[in-house]
Amino acid sequence: MKVVYPREQWCVACNLCEVACMTEHSKTKDPLKMYLMERPRPIPRTRVEYRPPLSISTMCRHCEEAECVEACKNGTLTRNEKTGRIELDQDKCLGCWMCIMACPYGAISQFTKGIGTEERAVANKCDLCPDREVPACVTVCPNRALVFEDRG
Amino acid sequence: MLYKNPYNHYFDYVVQRDIDKCIRCKACVTQCSYGANYYDADRDLIYSLDHNCVGCMRCSTFCPTDCISIVRNPDAFRLNANWKDHNIKDLYKQAGTGGIIITGMGNDKPFTNYWEHMVVDACQVTNPSIDPLREPMELKTFLGRKPDKLEMNKNGDITTKLAPQLILETPIMFSAMSYGSINYNVCESVARASKELGIFWNTGEGGLPKALYGYGKNTIVQCASGRFGVSPEYLNAGAAIEIKIGQGAKPGIGGHLPGEKVLEGISETRMIPVGTDAISPAPHHDIYSIEDLKQLIYALKEATRYEKPISVKIAAVHNVAAIASGIARAGADIIAVDGFRGGTGAAPKAIRDNVGIPTEVAIAAVDERLRQEGIRNEVSLVAAGGFRNSSDIIKAIALGADAVYIATSALMAVGCTLCQQCHRGRCAWGITTNDPELSKRVNPELAAERLVNLIHAWSNEIKEMLGLMGINSIESLKGNRDRLRGVGLSEVELQALGIKQAGI
Repeated sequence: MKVVYPREQWCVACNLCEVACMTEHSKTKDPLKMYLMERPRPIPRTRVEYRPPLSISTMCRHCEEAECVEACKNGTLTRNEKTGRIELDQDKCLGCWMCIMACPYGAISQFTKGIGTEERAVANKCDLCPDREVPACVTVCPNRALVFEDRG
Repeated sequence: MLYKNPYNHYFDYVVQRDIDKCIRCKACVTQCSYGANYYDADRDLIYSLDHNCVGCMRCSTFCPTDCISIVRNPDAFRLNANWKDHNIKDLYKQAGTGGIIITGMGNDKPFTNYWEHMVVDACQVTNPSIDPLREPMELKTFLGRKPDKLEMNKNGDITTKLAPQLILETPIMFSAMSYGSINYNVCESVARASKELGIFWNTGEGGLPKALYGYGKNTIVQCASGRFGVSPEYLNAGAAIEIKIGQGAKPGIGGHLPGEKVLEGISETRMIPVGTDAISPAPHHDIYSIEDLKQLIYALKEATRYEKPISVKIAAVHNVAAIASGIARAGADIIAVDGFRGGTGAAPKAIRDNVGIPTEVAIAAVDERLRQEGIRNEVSLVAAGGFRNSSDIIKAIALGADAVYIATSALMAVGCTLCQQCHRGRCAWGITTNDPELSKRVNPELAAERLVNLIHAWSNEIKEMLGLMGINSIESLKGNRDRLRGVGLSEVELQALGIKQAGI
C-alpha cells in the first residue's frame, strides 16, 4: 500500500507539512481561519524533528504489524482491510495512551477534542488524508522530502 | 539593534509582516539563513531584524499565508544624482572595515544592454517561414576544429581526419561553476540535466568530485591558474578540457573561494586544507604569451591522447579579437568569451562593476576578426555572460557564436533570486553554500527537472524563431548578421556589432 515516506536528506524544516496537515484536518480548510478561528485548533499529525543540520518530518507508518492496534483496548485503532490503512476512531478513544506507549515511531499524539464540557483528550495520528488522492503534506512539500509511494 | 554601529544602519531591505495573517508556523524563521527572522515565545510573535535581510525572498516565498513582503528600505538619503545609494553605503562599509567590498553574481549596473537594441528579421510573402511544429528543425551543434575541406572516397565516406568534436543537442551549455562555489547537490543537478539534455556542464576550477565521474561524457573539466583538483584522471574524466584564463565577472584576477566554504569534500577534491581561502593566481604563471598558451594546450592534448577538444576561456576585454586570434593559432579547438555580465561566486565589487566589456560586442568582434583572418573554421566560439532568455541566445548565434554558456540563468532555475550574497556561503536557497543544513535545500531530482524544463523551453523558442526566419538549422544562423538590425544605437555601436540600422 502507499504510505508517506520522509526523505531526511531533502527536508528543509520549513514546517509547511505541519501547516498543510492542520489545514486539511480543519473545518474551513483555510490556514488563516484554521489558526485564528477554530477551537480547538487542529494539531499537526506529522511533526518536523529539527536538530540542525538534521531535520525530518515523521508521521504514522501504517505498519504491517501495528503495535498500536495490538495495544488498543477498545477497538479505536483498527486496520481497514480494504485499504490497509490504520484508522483511528476518535469517538471511541478513551485516552488511555497505550497506543502512544506502543508506537515505535512516536507518530501518535494527544489531542484535546471539543471545547467546554465536550472537551476530552483523544489520540491523533496521520490518516493519509482520505479525501485527497495525495496527502496534503506530500503535495505541499517544496523539496520532495515527503513522497507517497508503495514500496512493497 | 541597541548595540549597533550607527554607520552600519543603512540596510537595503525591510521584512514587512502582516501580523493579522501570521500563523506562527515559523517557516520564515527556519528558512532565513541570515538570522533576519526570529520567534519571540514571550509575546508569541515573529519579529525581523531588518539589517540582516539580504532580500533573497526565501521567507516570503515559503510563507503559507503570504503575510511577508520584502520591501526596499524606505529610509532614504537625500536624492543626489552623483552620490547614489550604493555609493554612499559602500563608502560607509569601507570606512568601517577598511576592506575591499566583495560581492557575488554579475555586473548589475545599468550599462547599455545590446541584446535589447537588436531585433530579429522574419519572413514575409517573398520567402516562406517554416513551422517547427510540422517540419524538422535542427539544433544539433558541433563544437571543435573544422577542417578546411572534406575529402571523400568513392563510396562517399569521409577520408579527412576530423578533429574531436563536442556534440550538443541544443546550442546551450552550463557554464563553469566550481564545486565549492556551488555545493555538491547543485553540481549533481547540473550534471544530471546535461546528461538528459545531451549537452555539457563545466566543472569550473574546483575539480570534479569522484561521485560525479559517471557524468564524464557530459562534462567539460576546467584547468585554471590555481590548478585545483587537476590530475591525469580528472583531465581524462571529461569530454573536453577548458583552460580558464579569465572570467567575465572579474577579468584579470583569479578565482576566489572564501575559506568558510572550503569544507571536507571541497578540500579533498581541490586538494587543499579545510578552511583555507582558495585564491587562484591572477595569471597562469606558466602562460605569459600565446606561445606559452600553446604549450599548455598541447600538454593537455598529449595528456588526453588528442581525443578531447581543448577550450580556452577568456574574459571579454578591449582587444579580445586579437587575443582570440592568438588563441585560435595556438591550437585551441574552442574559444569561450565571457562578457562582463557573467556571474561569480565572489569578486571585488569594484572589479565586477567596472572591468570588461559586454559579450555582445566581444562576440561580434571575435567572429569578424577570425573571418577576416580566414581561421574562423579552426575554432568554435562560445559566448558567455548574462544570457537571460532564448532571444539573447538567438542574437548571440546570429552575431557569430556557435553556442552559449549559461550559469546565472541555470542557478535561477534552481531557485537563485540574485541577492548577490554567494561569497558569504550562507545562501538561503541552498545553492552557493556548503553548509549541510542549507545545501539540502537543493534536491538534485527536482533541480535537474527544472533545468531540463528551462533548456527545453528555450530550445523550443529558438526553433520557433529559426522557423520565422525561414531557417531550418541553427548552423544557417551562425554569423548571419543580416538577420539582425539595431534599434537606438549610434553608428559606431552598429559598426562594432557589425549590424545594420533597422529600416536599412
